Amino acid sequence: MSGTFLGIPPFPDAARSAVEDSQLRHNLRKATRTIRGKRTEAVDELGADWMRLRARGKEVKDHTLRHLDHYLEELERSVQRAGGTVHWAADAEEANTIVTRLVQETGESDVVKVKSMATQEIELNQALERAGITAYETDLAELIVQLGEDLPSHILVPAIHLGRSQIREIFLEQMAEWGTPAPADLTDDPRALAEAARVHLRERFLRTRTAVSGANFAVADSGTLVVLESEGNGRMCLTLPRTLISVVGIEKIVPTWSDLEVFMQLLPRSSTGERMNPYTSTWTGVAPGDGPQEFHLVLLDNGRTDVLADTVGRQALRCIRCSACLNTCPVYERTGGHAYGSVYPGPIGAILTPQLRGMSSAADEALPYASSLCGACYEVCPVAIDIPEVLVHLREEVAEGSGHLGEKALMAGAGAVFGSPTALEAAQRAAGLAGGAVPRHLPGLAGQWTDTRDLPGLPKESFRRWWKRDGRSEG
Amino acid sequence: MRIALFVTCVNDTLFPGTGRAVVGLLERLGHEVVFPAGQTCCGQMHYNTGYRRAAEKLAVRFVETFADADAVVAPSGSCAAMVRDNYPRLGEGGSRLSREVAELAPRVYDLTELLVDVLGVTDVGAYYPHKVAYHPTCHGLRMLGLGDRPYRLLRNVRGLELMELPGATECCGFGGTFAVKNGDVSSAMGADKARNAVATGAEVLCAVDNSCLMHIGGTLSRQRSGMRVAHIAEILASTEKEAAHR
Repeated sequence: MSGTFLGIPPFPDAARSAVEDSQLRHNLRKATRTIRGKRTEAVDELGADWMRLRARGKEVKDHTLRHLDHYLEELERSVQRAGGTVHWAADAEEANTIVTRLVQETGESDVVKVKSMATQEIELNQALERAGITAYETDLAELIVQLGEDLPSHILVPAIHLGRSQIREIFLEQMAEWGTPAPADLTDDPRALAEAARVHLRERFLRTRTAVSGANFAVADSGTLVVLESEGNGRMCLTLPRTLISVVGIEKIVPTWSDLEVFMQLLPRSSTGERMNPYTSTWTGVAPGDGPQEFHLVLLDNGRTDVLADTVGRQALRCIRCSACLNTCPVYERTGGHAYGSVYPGPIGAILTPQLRGMSSAADEALPYASSLCGACYEVCPVAIDIPEVLVHLREEVAEGSGHLGEKALMAGAGAVFGSPTALEAAQRAAGLAGGAVPRHLPGLAGQWTDTRDLPGLPKESFRRWWKRDGRSEG
Repeated sequence: MRIALFVTCVNDTLFPGTGRAVVGLLERLGHEVVFPAGQTCCGQMHYNTGYRRAAEKLAVRFVETFADADAVVAPSGSCAAMVRDNYPRLGEGGSRLSREVAELAPRVYDLTELLVDVLGVTDVGAYYPHKVAYHPTCHGLRMLGLGDRPYRLLRNVRGLELMELPGATECCGFGGTFAVKNGDVSSAMGADKARNAVATGAEVLCAVDNSCLMHIGGTLSRQRSGMRVAHIAEILASTEKEAAHR
């Protein structure tokens, strides 16, 4: 069973060991650069249309979030009309309780799962396990993570941190324990690995009568849920079982199918760099004799309403989980996802996680600083989330909180030095007196600089001293 | 034209040569440069680290100091971007600060913008007989949208051979306080940037920002790579006369 992110140290410490892991660095560099290149191609071929789609995507999401109360009730009515049952979950615990009860009511002790961020966010698998129910991940990468008793490190490609030889080992060692074993002569050829997973999963699909999914989108006016995927394993879960339970964040709503169309163009190009993803499944309530005969929708808040109340931070709720920001982020490329200590890693995780969790720990407070503010994430975001703006906004929340006394003193000192040109000049003169040879290593926080970088030499005089000495105009 | 120089606190204190180069370059092009003495710092470090109130105080000082200027030039893409992109986010809507920012910010330029857009010059008459690679800093690239301006200026420098930098648009890893708050990741990014810079075969890596160059240059120097960094102003200020004196 996969573990939890609890216990992962704050970002700078977790990042240190990631940065030193040469295998991880190699895997990440290769994978992120490949996806990044594909995305650029898929987006660039649309030319100016892309920016219009992006603006429209932002507009639809903003409109829906502004009228979320209305659209949520519309969705509830539509789903009920189509024969589904709607449940409301204020937090993770309530959602887990509802899903556990629904599974217990089917009399089953196994469920198959469609890849879903919402159920990972609430740690549903662990909750089900406590109730004696085994949840089987069926997305290939989630399967790898689950078999390896590992944690997902990417929203779209949860096993991005692993190379194929590592995956081969996991399959050989773990598959037999969970079901159909991997062939003894399994190689690390991607096709052989995929075939082993296919055989392992096929047997599971045919046997399991209850499925749990999330959804990429929920269309309010028709009550339709939508999942986009690459493998078709999700579709197996969405069609073969008798009971389907979908756990969906309340921000996943779009008003109509014509709004959905915008995201059907934005999402595949941003996430996998494809014009269209191989499988898009849609389901509306229950259709007699076709697919699951019982359908439950669990609408999940779990902090989202609090995020919505923050006028700057709420734009994070536009996120469609494409992962373009992860794939382009220079920080993510060097640390991978585990260092972020959350199912939502990368730039979007750095703004979403602390908001959803309510900035409740040292780990949460470190996340808004896990960025050089280079802006590459904002540039690629298909719904134009200004991630650097939200990062700075959350940093303000951290700086206004208690603690961080050393930093506050340094910032106050810098504020005083820059408070007047006289103070600045005095500080420059003091530095000049100390001038001459620059030390190679400094203690404390400054050591974070000198560990890897030389300091610049101190000049004999500041610019403003030179300007005065030269007898120039003060304008 | 009368141009007010916002030299920036980093250049004033650590890289005065860059400020002198801007003065020399603009005077050579026939313009008057003034240095309003009340200037200190744009407040970017405070703002980006979450200290908004302190940043606002420095923004107030900035707009007071430069209110009368026809044009303000900053030899720093990120400080120019702080004023143009982030100052409008400071102060309550309708406040005196936000009114003054709206009035002043459009006249604040990075050096390459001032040269190309305001002064309409891409050949500044410089001579710099070296192989040079250009690193487009993130704030210059994404906030100011400098585009090809720096390249156009560099291509017109006599003697200069412009080398293409692989992975040019990737962040160097400086990021202000990020460099010490997340020193390991910052260093890992810097190592990749330094590797790409050395791979160009250039002698000099240049940029529009000395803070990024301090990070990349500090890395190159620690590695004893033999490659040096220079602010683009210093390259554009160089002439054959100066070269002869070296």
